[in-house]
Amino acid sequence: MTTLQGTPNPEAPNPQLPIVQKLRIRYAKRGRLRFTSHRDFARAFERAVRRAGIPIAFSSGFTPHPKISYANASPTGAASEAEYLEIGMTRACDADEVRGLLDSALPPGLDIVDVVVAKPGALADRLQGSAWQIALPGVAVDHARSAVDGFLAADEVLIERMMKRGLRTLDCRAAVLRLVARSDDASAGPCAILDVVVRHDTPSIRPDDVLAGLRSSGGLELEQTPIATRLAQGPLDTDEGTVGDPLAFDRDAP
Amino acid sequence: MPVESLFPRLEPLLPSVGKPIQYVGGELNATNKDWDAAEVRWALMYPDAYEVGLPNQGVQILYEVLNERDWILAERTYAVFADMEKVMRDNDIPQFTVDAHRPVRAFDLMGISFSTELGYTNFLTAIDLAGMPLHAVDRGDDDPIVIAGGHSAFNPEPIADFIDAAVLGDGEEIVLAISAVVREWKAEGRPGGRDEVLLRLAKSGGVYVPKFYDVTYLPDGRIQRVVPNRPGVPWRIAKHTLMDLDAWPYPKNPLVPLAETVHERFSVEIFRGCTRGCRFCQAGMITRPVRERSIEGIGAMVQNGLDKTGFEEVGLLSLSSADHTEIGEVAKQLGDRYEGSNTSLSLPSTRVDAFNITLANEFSRNGRRSGLTFAPEGGSDRLRKVINKMVSEDDIIATVAAAYSHGWRQVKLYFMCGLPTETDDDVMQIGELAKRIIQTGREVSGRHDIRCTVSIGGFVPKPHTPFQWASQLDHETTDARLQKLRDAVRADKKYGKAIGFRYHDGKPGTIEGLLSRGDRRVGRVIEAVWRDGGRFDGWSEHFSYDRWAGKAEEALADEPVDLDWYTVREREYAEVLPWDHLDAGLDRDWLWEDWQDAIDPDGALEVEDCRWTPCFDCGVCPQMDTEIQIGPTGKNLLPLTVV
Repeated sequence: MTTLQGTPNPEAPNPQLPIVQKLRIRYAKRGRLRFTSHRDFARAFERAVRRAGIPIAFSSGFTPHPKISYANASPTGAASEAEYLEIGMTRACDADEVRGLLDSALPPGLDIVDVVVAKPGALADRLQGSAWQIALPGVAVDHARSAVDGFLAADEVLIERMMKRGLRTLDCRAAVLRLVARSDDASAGPCAILDVVVRHDTPSIRPDDVLAGLRSSGGLELEQTPIATRLAQGPLDTDEGTVGDPLAFDRDAP
Repeated sequence: MPVESLFPRLEPLLPSVGKPIQYVGGELNATNKDWDAAEVRWALMYPDAYEVGLPNQGVQILYEVLNERDWILAERTYAVFADMEKVMRDNDIPQFTVDAHRPVRAFDLMGISFSTELGYTNFLTAIDLAGMPLHAVDRGDDDPIVIAGGHSAFNPEPIADFIDAAVLGDGEEIVLAISAVVREWKAEGRPGGRDEVLLRLAKSGGVYVPKFYDVTYLPDGRIQRVVPNRPGVPWRIAKHTLMDLDAWPYPKNPLVPLAETVHERFSVEIFRGCTRGCRFCQAGMITRPVRERSIEGIGAMVQNGLDKTGFEEVGLLSLSSADHTEIGEVAKQLGDRYEGSNTSLSLPSTRVDAFNITLANEFSRNGRRSGLTFAPEGGSDRLRKVINKMVSEDDIIATVAAAYSHGWRQVKLYFMCGLPTETDDDVMQIGELAKRIIQTGREVSGRHDIRCTVSIGGFVPKPHTPFQWASQLDHETTDARLQKLRDAVRADKKYGKAIGFRYHDGKPGTIEGLLSRGDRRVGRVIEAVWRDGGRFDGWSEHFSYDRWAGKAEEALADEPVDLDWYTVREREYAEVLPWDHLDAGLDRDWLWEDWQDAIDPDGALEVEDCRWTPCFDCGVCPQMDTEIQIGPTGKNLLPLTVV
């Protein structure tokens, strides 16, 4: 996550207004709009900012672009209740009002959950881990539990992932701080739910990686397409295996 | 009867296909209506990928015009990529709309907008995936009525077997008229079935129903006659012309996709039609006369569009945007209005003259400086006279000099290869012109880093133009000429490195030529190519010339015609052309005379523009009962209300 620069370069073409306030925004990707890629979301968000008339800051130069920085976007196809971004404003605004304006300018399914005025400290530093929920339709909970036991018993679970520079082998076990299987009581048929807490390493371990690890180490067999939802991102309590609210500091600081 | 959404079945499959967002819908300003409350339901298709089809103005306009009526429902569908096609076939998921994911076959009407003939195979994929018979004659009362529109519909004969009907010209009013006919027929309990409703549409004179016309051929393969085979069906079918663009300010609620598309901007059509008279240009011939939107209408549409979309770029569209009578004021006043708002304006189609540099400066006031593109089309003064592109080499040099001296570093020039009477020398002149442009650019700018890109496309003769009788240059000769030109430019030590050179090989042009001027027999070729896997022919990575040429040979083996016959053969005045019964308003004799003027051995004769010279009798206005609608109005942009 790049940090927003507060002072525009006065020498550049198209000098712009300076940033006087930074807002931190939590948003959700729900339902069918979980298929928006990060780039799709970025375009939709920029347009929503313009429609809502939010006084966002722009970079100067020949192609001015709005001051928005994104953190740890979830993979395309995964739903999320906890995505974060930061915007620079040329005029101080009420955070709740901005939340309402942006949310109504975005299509339903891309929803603004929370907006706070940024306090000192980098947001990226507080996004230490994620809590995921992975629904496995058609999978009996006992089967899922035995796969989880196999996974957790291993010190290292190697998987392969296609990266920019080709196929790479990585360990998906070390980053997993918590992994529990339970049954989905709301589902009509068998459906296991995995609750996963992962530490944000580089490269970050994603739900697909955990599933690949469960397949190789625990013999997990999938029946249908799993659906992953990120429930939280924030500071990690490594003892408890829980994820806190990264905006708590901004909200609570004097 | 309720029609269920296919989305629950589709959703688990989406993670396995590329760019799944294109199949999801959910665009801002999309309309979802109650299926059961509608009396007439349209599925509108653009036969290319979502990323190409979504921005299409024609589909967006009709989608909105139809949905504004409470008794009509319209949804959109696009061509699916090969991975999705396989997933759909494996899982028995039919062609669906992206709005409410309803099966296309459940609709009353399916309207397809053909901007190019290269969408024909994608169209066949869609009707096949929809579960409909490929051939119109095999369809039953439960199948939608398939109607083609768009520029290619001015010769729909190659797809005559696959469509039920075609509509020529502007769609806004005729889609409502068609809807009314279908509504009445349904309310009466569908008397006479499918044929009856098609007959009612055909009798109106504004809808072409191919199966109500018999085509007979001469022994040598030329068409003998095209004759109506039902009483009451007209001999000729007229195009539709929308008058008073200000009364039709669409799109009012432009669609904003989540997926990335080829045009990420809000577009306003500032006028429709063009009377410049470029002889190769089908769009300019079939969209006459010129009808301008007023400066006030443009201003209101721009503001509304920006408010509703959040786009940061506005395109002022038309066939030659700098020709709007008040373009200077439009540019200046829009520039003033959006100064400092990080909103940029663009003018996609411009002709070559210095005035455009002034406009371009106005449009780049916000700092966004897109490239400048000009279209001299022909390399030599002689050839530009042949095509009636009235711009001299000195005009071109003066224009680019103005561009370079105003700080532009790069200019793009568009040409065609294979124009009638063209010789190697005409094409080599493109290189000479490019060198002179760089030389002049270096002089006026005092810099060495200026560039010019020469982009060349192969010329394809099109129906309803003076060149409809012309021989198309074979792709071997086209490629050889362009190779020679490229070698000459590259070999030039002084200027070669400053000149970029872009062209595609001539083979796709040959197939486009077959489909453009083809008759009903070409339908067999299209079907054979599609059955062999032909898809997305407008995409160079998917297009296969060998497949097209091979299937053409097979499918036409029993006919006295072949691929060359349709493409490189010059036609005579007396030959019945496949589209002669389709009336674009142009007087056939005028077109022929214009063709003769173009190829006059003593040098081509030029035709002026009827906007500022007397009428030269192309025939459109009297035939279609239309008139030129242009300004200047002398008015200004209306002040914005405070937001």
